[in-house]
Amino acid sequence: MIAAIGTSSYLLLAATLFTIGAFGLVIRRNPIIMFMCVELMLNAANLTFVALATQLGDINGQTSVFFVMVVAAAEVVVGLGILVSILRQRPGATADDLAELKG
Amino acid sequence: MSDPTFLEYVVFFSAAVMILGGAIGVITMKSPVHAALGLVLTLFGVAVQFVAMEAHFLAAVQVIVYAGAIVVLFLFVIMLLGVDETMDLSIEPIALQRPLAAVMGLGLIGLLGAAIVRARDMVVLNPGVDGIDVARETGDHDANLRQLAENLYGDHVFAFQLTSVLLIVAVAGTVLLTRKWPRGAGNPDTESSDA
Repeated sequence: MIAAIGTSSYLLLAATLFTIGAFGLVIRRNPIIMFMCVELMLNAANLTFVALATQLGDINGQTSVFFVMVVAAAEVVVGLGILVSILRQRPGATADDLAELKG
Repeated sequence: MSDPTFLEYVVFFSAAVMILGGAIGVITMKSPVHAALGLVLTLFGVAVQFVAMEAHFLAAVQVIVYAGAIVVLFLFVIMLLGVDETMDLSIEPIALQRPLAAVMGLGLIGLLGAAIVRARDMVVLNPGVDGIDVARETGDHDANLRQLAENLYGDHVFAFQLTSVLLIVAVAGTVLLTRKWPRGAGNPDTESSDA
């Protein structure tokens, strides 16, 4: 298993990554970069899943990461589709300009 | 130098620097293309950590799906829309937003760190005999893939089939959203609602 480096190190790394993602999601205005911050947070969750799966000896944690990846891929496809259809009508729109969903 | 413990530390800390450096790059780069490259760095670092934790299949999927497909999709959208101009990050449209965001970030990392440090001794080490087979111990280099496949196609086969439904719905919905409708003047949103 993890011989030298404890699970807590991985969990702290994942917590830091999640915090950076959440911070970036709040402060950035470009919708594409906000999506990237969501990906950072999902990866932090994946790292936590795998670290605890290794710690507890439970393969279900790795299976959960597989499902998270599938859902993340679907989310990116739909989100970028919405973004393309919005930005095609209003080029250069930031998150502040998109306060309502009406096109 | 050939001490395996020392090597583990080198792998962990170099991958951690990749992850955190890429993440900070994502939120500080002015250009979306540079932010996407920072995202690639972070995703590769996470893949390295997966290999270090003996999750070989997930590391491969991480590189192929995330660093391959998803980042390419991001770059496609950036190039397609021509939104790769840099933004001025010094302007702050909402007053007090960044200090409040910093407070939120510090509170989040503080709470998560406190929970992790507090729970460090409460998690049992390797309780089960049916734990994850590790190639380093058993010598079976397909063990991770075989265990994951048995779990995925055995216990979670219904959820696995539902993910295919999810992907089909996502693809169909995206085509519906981004298609240019033939009657040119019409608003695509109103057209797609009755389609």
